[in-house]
Amino acid sequence: MNTRATATVHGWLLLLPAMACLALFTHWPAVASLIESFYSTPRGRRPARFVGADNYQQMLADPIFWKAMSNNLWFALGTIPTSIALAMLMALWVNDRIVGRTWVRMSFFTPTILPMIAVANIWLFFFTPQYGLLEQIIQAFGGSNTNWLGSQDTALYAVTIVAIWKEAGFFMIFYLAALQAIPPSLGEAAAIEGASRWTYFRRVQFPLLMPTTLFVLINAVINAFRMVDHIFVMTRGGPDNATTLLLFYIYQVGFSFWDTAYAATLTCVLLLLLALVAFAQYGWLERRIHYR
Amino acid sequence: MDRRELLGGAAALAGSLALPRGALAQSATEISFFYPVAVGGPITKLIDAFAADFEKENPSIKLKPIYAGTYQETIVKALTAHKSGTPPVTSVLLSTDMFTLIDEDAIVPFDPFIKTEDDKKWLASFFPAFMENSQTGGKTWGIPFQRSTVVLYWNKELFKEAGLDPEKPPATWAEQLEFAQKLTKKDASGNVTQWGIQIPSSGFPYWLFQGLSTQAGAILANAAGDKTNYADPAVVEALQYWVDLAQKHKVHPPGIVEWGTTPRDFFEKKVAMMWTTTGNLTNVRSNAKFPFGVAMLPGGKRRGSPTGGGNFYLSKKATPAQQEAAFKFIRWITTPERAAQWGIDTGYVAVSPAAYETAAMKAYASEFPPALVARDQLPHAVAELSTHENQRVTKALNDGLQAALTGTKTPQKALEDAQAEAERILKPYR
Repeated sequence: MNTRATATVHGWLLLLPAMACLALFTHWPAVASLIESFYSTPRGRRPARFVGADNYQQMLADPIFWKAMSNNLWFALGTIPTSIALAMLMALWVNDRIVGRTWVRMSFFTPTILPMIAVANIWLFFFTPQYGLLEQIIQAFGGSNTNWLGSQDTALYAVTIVAIWKEAGFFMIFYLAALQAIPPSLGEAAAIEGASRWTYFRRVQFPLLMPTTLFVLINAVINAFRMVDHIFVMTRGGPDNATTLLLFYIYQVGFSFWDTAYAATLTCVLLLLLALVAFAQYGWLERRIHYR
Repeated sequence: MDRRELLGGAAALAGSLALPRGALAQSATEISFFYPVAVGGPITKLIDAFAADFEKENPSIKLKPIYAGTYQETIVKALTAHKSGTPPVTSVLLSTDMFTLIDEDAIVPFDPFIKTEDDKKWLASFFPAFMENSQTGGKTWGIPFQRSTVVLYWNKELFKEAGLDPEKPPATWAEQLEFAQKLTKKDASGNVTQWGIQIPSSGFPYWLFQGLSTQAGAILANAAGDKTNYADPAVVEALQYWVDLAQKHKVHPPGIVEWGTTPRDFFEKKVAMMWTTTGNLTNVRSNAKFPFGVAMLPGGKRRGSPTGGGNFYLSKKATPAQQEAAFKFIRWITTPERAAQWGIDTGYVAVSPAAYETAAMKAYASEFPPALVARDQLPHAVAELSTHENQRVTKALNDGLQAALTGTKTPQKALEDAQAEAERILKPYR
């Protein structure tokens, strides 16, 4: 055997453990979900049988699915730009030499390390009508009572705010690392040229942060479809599905209704959605980004 | 799933794997037992103590309680374990999950184990209201263990301030509204500072609503669990009453009232009367800094409240010896003395009339009379809403209730929509 072939075999052997894990726990479940979505849910003595696209038709006719989709869209639109902008702002701030920098950095990062279930319980208290923190502040300014989580108009905003609060600190860390990698000579050059702080940010810092922004954006999109822990604690999808997000609905269908085939169908749609978004981001956005 | 649950699941798996099927005659029979509570806290200590006592009296049986989280998490784990082939021998799950468990072919009825006269007497010893959610098609599928019902708590101090008799709770819908109007207070700018009454509507509003619908004279589902009655005029009337409390009379907070914070609203004197489970009795007793009363729910056309809480179930995939041993444990833990002790320690309703005749319960009740209210209400109680595909069918009602309470649908329309959805789901089961 020639050395080239040996090297190939070695390479594959080295890859094998990781690949086996990936195939077993990621690829196979995805494929299994796809297959299952074309079968009926097995119940007791009734085994699963092939039903073609029935589950997909059921999905298209399911008003809660559409509600979950539109909720998720608004949730994504609410969380992604805001948390990224906030993260960038916070990173720029704590990148400067300000008093108590370590303390501020730590406090910005704290939401990230707290477990979501625990913070959701804290936020539940913030949003409580009458004596919750938010209500006390509003009342101090003479505002009127609002039942933030108990009204269809405000519930989705309330859970969106929690998600932004939770995410911004995490993204800040990436921006902070990227900012510190920018050579100080660029800042000095800009200062000599007399560039304003805004020009320096817009012309130098922002373009150099773009690779980080792409990475953060992809994470933010995935998180917008993945973050549902707080829904369980704060609203359980209510009132009348006003805060039902797609993944929460999948859990409900799969593990409350035990309709595993329909849950698999919804999962496939979620996977497809995320795949499309990821392709769009890598294929289209990446070409417009300047890498050093 | 956090690590604790993972370990619990792994332990359950290991526990059932460690036991070779069939080789049971000589060695100890091991029964795994899923119980719906998170690890730690006073309840697990009580269960551990029960398990130790039982093993002492029955050395040939090893009892292995596994604390599996909330009811919802416990049934997810039990059914997942069932599908993978090694379910817990017995578990305490919601009484309303009976049809789901039957449809999944996961449980066996208790009837084959009822052999002697003594066994029959034991089965007949439970409150009939609790057996409604435990029997269907002439068979007994669950044994009541930790059961509850909805009651009204009222703040005697606020009653006195409003010029009401602090010892007299509302007995009818009209009185409830009248009292609530007197108990609602507003500040100068028109903001309500104290509500008259609060009926929680987050998560599982159907359960509290069932109090209202029963009082209006309706039954939400048939005993076979394949037909609901959501759009009945009496049900609409009940929902209209609830919606009117908030939207027309403005004595009840608008929108959705959170279940979890309702006791706290009561402690903070933000509400004068609340509907919640008897399971909150111990909580209210230790946290209310004012004299409070506990009463049966007020009556409409009749008195009424749903029952709730958990039953024992026997797994179909366990060996006959394991099932027999688990049955022995279930009989042992539901004797009047232990049922009484369990009720006193937890606030759940003791499951049999005989439990209320025990010395321990009598002593407790004379010191704390509200403990008896739940029992006194049981003759008026009905089975908690339970059907095939239970979670889905109750979700249809929950969504409708929340839509009406948040004002996006009229009660009539909301209940018609819920009924149509329930019909669609239940049709294949008839």
